[in-house]
Formats: sequence, structure tokens, C-alpha cells
Amino acid sequence: MVFRKVSLWAAAAAFTFLSGAAMAFPDKPVNYIIPFNPGGESDVSARLQQPFFKKVTGQDVIIQYQAGAGGAQAWSVLNDQPGDGHTIMGTNLPHIVLQPLIQDPGYETDDLTNVYMFHFTPDALIVRADSEFETVQQVIDAAKEAPGQLLAGGSATNSANHIANQLFANETGAELTYIPFTGTGASVPALLGGEVNVLWGYTTIAAGQGDEVRMLAVAQEERHPLFPDVPTFKELGIDMVGGAYRGIAVPKSTPEDIRKELSDIIGKINADPEFIERMEAAGFAMLDVPYEEMDAFMAERKKTYGEIAKQLEAAQ
Amino acid sequence: MEIDFGFILAQAFSPFNLALALTGVVLGTVIGALPGLSATMAIAVLVPFTFTMDPASGLIMLGAIYTGAIYGGAYAAILVNTPGTPSAIATTFDGYPMAKSGNGDLAMTLATLASVTGGVVGAVLLMTLAPVLAQVALAFHSSEYFWLAILGLTLVASLSSGNVLKGLIGASFGLVLSMIGVAVIGGDTRYTFGSSVLLGGIDIVSALIGLYCIPVLIDMVARPDRHLEPAPLGRGIRFFEALGHCARNAFNLARSSIIGTLVGILPGAGGSIASLVSYSEARRASRHPERFGKGEPGGLLATESANNATVGGGFIPTLVLGIPGTPPDAVILGALLVQGIRIGPELFTQQSGIVYVFMFGLLIATLMMLPVGLLIGRYAYRFIVNTPKALLVPLIAYMTVVGSYAIHANPHDVAIMVIMGVVGWLLGLAGYGPSPIVLGLVLGQIAEQGFMRAYLIGRAQDNFGGQLLFDRPISWGIVALILITLCVPIIRQLRAGARKPKEARP
Repeated sequence: MVFRKVSLWAAAAAFTFLSGAAMAFPDKPVNYIIPFNPGGESDVSARLQQPFFKKVTGQDVIIQYQAGAGGAQAWSVLNDQPGDGHTIMGTNLPHIVLQPLIQDPGYETDDLTNVYMFHFTPDALIVRADSEFETVQQVIDAAKEAPGQLLAGGSATNSANHIANQLFANETGAELTYIPFTGTGASVPALLGGEVNVLWGYTTIAAGQGDEVRMLAVAQEERHPLFPDVPTFKELGIDMVGGAYRGIAVPKSTPEDIRKELSDIIGKINADPEFIERMEAAGFAMLDVPYEEMDAFMAERKKTYGEIAKQLEAAQ
Repeated sequence: MEIDFGFILAQAFSPFNLALALTGVVLGTVIGALPGLSATMAIAVLVPFTFTMDPASGLIMLGAIYTGAIYGGAYAAILVNTPGTPSAIATTFDGYPMAKSGNGDLAMTLATLASVTGGVVGAVLLMTLAPVLAQVALAFHSSEYFWLAILGLTLVASLSSGNVLKGLIGASFGLVLSMIGVAVIGGDTRYTFGSSVLLGGIDIVSALIGLYCIPVLIDMVARPDRHLEPAPLGRGIRFFEALGHCARNAFNLARSSIIGTLVGILPGAGGSIASLVSYSEARRASRHPERFGKGEPGGLLATESANNATVGGGFIPTLVLGIPGTPPDAVILGALLVQGIRIGPELFTQQSGIVYVFMFGLLIATLMMLPVGLLIGRYAYRFIVNTPKALLVPLIAYMTVVGSYAIHANPHDVAIMVIMGVVGWLLGLAGYGPSPIVLGLVLGQIAEQGFMRAYLIGRAQDNFGGQLLFDRPISWGIVALILITLCVPIIRQLRAGARKPKEARP
């Protein structure tokens, strides 16, 4: 037994040495908890990270799912997990800001120790390929002509899509009625089947649906490499940059140096050209918010979402 | 794109892919037979292994596990009265009474034959008519989902004949349970009593395990008689007798398989509605509707063929539109995306090689279910019958805890399972069955969301009535079905009452 343990350690040490990473951490497989069901964007992006995590650290990542209450079930127990850096959890914005603002989900936004935000799916205004709308301006005009009559689908109430709809109204004065669906899986057929006129979705939807849909604008600083012909909202004079952000958090008890090392590891994965290529092909947009910059990033996001949350609540 | 069928067949029938299909079916059947371990979970666990294979092989393996798991759900439903997934709820109606009265061997064989039939019909429709049928997914709007859920709820009335009131009370209880948690539409928090544990609502699978399985366990302990009547020795699997039942129910099988495929195409519906609708249709069309619920082979054939047909049906929007038809389909799409394959409409048109190899693989896996299922089913039945209660009860009790924990790796689901179990047992003593409650829980969410969206859209366009019903021809059809389901038993009762007034039930 002792011998077996020793040989395992030796093997692990040799492996770490061979892979060129001379770090003590991670020294065993890392549990990566996804607070959603498999198959969604959080799962897919974690799966894409998986082989690169091994490449950078020599250790495996084991992806687990703990779905429930829009992620709140997992986030509310994150701090009960061991804080040795071998348990990490996906976090999503705006969820982790909006949920504690609107109800009591069993955690506070500041309870979650985010170490890195590694990508986001930019908000996108999408219509059917045969839609009358060719430009964002046409949507704005139509909405102004008959306020509230134009229907915008999206996933769930108080979600990134819901926020995008409100931001759009604030910026342009165009009022669209937001129709919440159960996840993007249900909102896409509603667009294709003509139940809603436009869809608040992400670049990932346009990447998947190809010629069936037309993306009118994306909420990015610069155009998405997969869609060089689609303008950003900013180009159109609409100040919208954002979407659903995804990052990684650790339990509060995780020591400072391990938080930092994890942040470096995710940063290295994010810098791998092959990883970037795969992420962008699926429609994701890269983002680099390392541990040192997290506080400033979260403060800015909290401010933005806080204002919108008040508006959404007032609108009900 | 030119499709080279010789190449596709050679690929689908390659020894490696055949072995994968066989492994997948066996694994899926075993996993599906254990309550709480779902097809979604099995697929998610195995996804990383498929990354090393070429996409078509990986897809075949995942598809085989999926179809095997849906089939395996029948085992627990028949032998322990516990549907492992919502799609197997209706299988308990006739499957468990058959097992109780010593016909468990026949029930297992019937379930296998029905599942293979349904699976083959679903797979063949997927291969031949997928692009056309995919449009069904788009034709169903929120109002149709609302009416479809109401249709499912009217089955409560017809399923609890003689006890309609208790059925309705149970269904209302289920509806109240379905409201717990954060509303998808509106986002308000309901009936959580300040506890963050209840924000996610009552998990359907943990409620299923609790409501069905715990009362069975308590009964096993409380009663001195055997849990299942053993079959006489040397009777085999009654294959030809089962074939005879299938032949007599050929039309029933075809109808149920087609209903299953069509409902499977609808991303918001699922196997529970498919098997319930086909069950009630089978009962309505039967010459002996009174036998349903007491161990009628026709009922079992209807539900099992329908729920396996949803597998092929669910792949139709998944492969043609890039819209997952069922939760396992979503996992499979995610796996393809990670492999760098463009999902969505392009998958079907530009990657048709992979898609066709997969569809043949699914068909082969479904056919393999026949020998695999007959063999495993026989041993599963013998095991459950011959294991003494003193061993079986703790074993099943252990599985209920593991199963409900495994859903979300969350101890709260175990607590909910136990509470629902005790509630279900107490209600059972008072004559309230578990099925209306579960139906209320499953369908309440679909009905509420469908209605709320139709309301929001109708309000925005000042045309609520039109949005909900009047401008929606498909809704007319579903409402007509609802009216038939509601009226036929009443008319039958009136006729029977006119003929033999003394025998009418109180």
C-alpha cells in the first residue's frame, strides 16, 4: 500500500516534470463544477478548456454538473467545498449579481471568489433569414411606430437577454415586449417558427443556426471574427457591450497564492491560439479578466446590473 | 450532396461501431433500469470517452446509450412500480399489475418488443422524413404547449375512473407542487417559505422516486405475502405469447409509435406526454377499456413503444434544426460542438455522411435491444422475484437514496424524495394514487409557461383570445382531443347506466 502510494507520487512528480510545469499545484485532478445541465454554453466552454488544462498543468479536469435554481443551488454551497484549489466552479454573469439582488438565493455576490472571467457570449439581435428587418434601425423604427407590439424572445426572466432588451430600450427608446422562454433551446424554435419577431440571443446561436437566421448587431467592442459583416451596436451609435460572462470561482478558504496560480493557468489556456480558434468557431468571444482585475470588473458589472434590475422590477 | 450509401452502410456495420452499439445498449439498459440514473447523466459521463473516437462512432455510442436507457426505464416501472424517468410513468399503470399477478415475464418481453418497435419506427421516420417533420417543432407555439399539457391533465380524469374527484384533487396537489420555486416567467419566488433550498422547485425525478417507490417499500415491509407472484418454473420468456399480443395490437403499436415520434419532435414536451397520450388513445380505442390499469398488455405496449419512439423523434429537430428535442439531445449536440463539428441546419445538409452513419447506427442499436433486452430482462425479473424481501427492501431503499442524490449531486433532493415518499404513502392509504400528483407536477410547468407566454404575446398585440386559441388551428385540434377525452367516458357511463342501472358505480 505504502509502496503503491510512493510510486503514484513518483509518477505524478515525473509527469509534472515532463510536462515542464514545475508547480506544486495542482498535484491531483481538479473538480470543475458546472452549475447547469450538460449541453449548455457553460458546459461546452468547460469541455473546450478540458484538454488545454491538461496541456498546461499535466493534471486532469473532472467536469461535474450540479444544476438547479439557475445555478444558485451550486453557488450557495461553493464555500462549503475544500479550499485547496482542486475544487473550482463555473460562475456566470449576470446571474451571480442579479439573483441576490432580486431574491435570496442562499449566497451573496461577494461570497463568490472569482479568479478569472475567461469568455463571454455577446448579446446579439437576431431575426429569421426571411425577416423584413435588415438593419437594427428598421427594428427601432417599427418598435417606435407601435410601442410594445414587437415581440422579442429570450431565455427566462431577469436573464442576460432580458437585460439586453431593457438596455436596448434605454439606449434607443424602442420598446419591445420581452417574451421569456425556458433557455435558448426553446427560444430559437420560437424565432424560427415565427412566434416572436426578433430574438435576444448570443453569437453562439447565430453560429449554430447559420443561414437560417440573420444577426443584425452584436454587443462587442469589435466585430466577432466569425461574423465580419455584422456591425457592433457601438458602430450604430448604441452603447451596448456585454452579454453572458463566464468565469471560474473557488471556495473562500482557498489561499491567496493558489487563487493567483489558478488565474495564471486559466490565462495560459486563454492565450493558446488553438483554444481561441475553437472557442471563436463556436461563437464565443474571448475575455481576459484575471484575479488582480476581478474586483474592478465586478464593481463595474454590479453597478450596471443594479440599475437595470431596478428598472426590470419597476416594469413588472 | 451525393450520399454514398455503400460507404455509409460499411461504416455503420463496421465491427467497431457494432461493438459500440452493443456496449451502449447494454450500458444504457442497466443505467435506465436504476431509478434516478437518467439517460442525460449516462451520456454526460460518457461524452469525454467519445472525444477520442471519430464523430460518427461517438454519436452511435451515445445514441445507443440513450435508446437503451429509455428502454431500461421499463424495468423498474414493471418490477418495482417505480418509473425511473417521467417517460415511464404510464408503464407502471399496467406493467406493475401484470408483474404482481405473476405475469412479470410476459410484461418484460412485451416491453422489449414494444420498445424495439417504437424505436425502429422513430429511427425510420428520422431517416426518411426528418426535414419535413422538423417543421412540426416550429409549428408548435406556446399556446399549443399549453393545450398539450391540458390534454395530459385531462387524462387524470380518465385514468382515475370511478374516482375522478380524488384524481383531480391529486392533480391539483401536483399543480401546487409545480409552482414551488422561481417562476421562469416573471421571476417571482413562490412557496419557498424563505428557504433557498426550494428556489429550484421540486425536482421531478426525486418526486417520482419518492411518490412511487417509498410506498412500495413500506408495503413490502408491512405485508407478509410475496412482493411479486413468481412465474411457474420452465415457462421461459413467453416470447410467442408476447408476439401474439403484439399482432393483436399491431394498430395500437403503430399509432403509439407515431404519436411518440411526433411528440418527441416537440422540444418542450417530452416522453411523459408521449406515453400518456398514446396510453389514453389505446384505452379509448380498445374494446375493453375497463381492463386498462389492471394489467392490460395493450396499455403496456402503447406506452413502451411511444417512449422509445421519442428517441428518434427527438433527434429530428436536433439534427435538422440544431435545436435539441430532449435533454439528452442537448448533451449530444454539446459533444459535437466540442469536437469542432458545426451543429445546426448545416449538420444535416453538409455533414450528411456522419448523420447517416449515425442514423443507421441508431437503428442497429435499437434492433440489438431485442436480444439484449430479452436476456437482461429475464435475469432482472428472476432477480427481483427470487430475492427475499429482507434483502430487496434495503437494496431498493439504498438505490432510491443514491438515485435521488445523483440527479444534481445534492442532498436536498434526497430529503424531498423521502418527504414525497411519506406523503405519497399517506395519500395512498386514503386512496389517492401517485400518478395524478406527478402528472400535475410535470405538466403544470409546461401549462403555466405556455399560458403565460400566450398571455404576454396576446396582451402585447391586443389579441389574447386569438393567440391562445382562435387563430391557432393546431390548438383547435388539441382542444378537440381534450373534449373527446373528457366526454367519451361520460357518454360511456351514461350508456352503461341506461342499460344496467343497478350496476352503475356510486
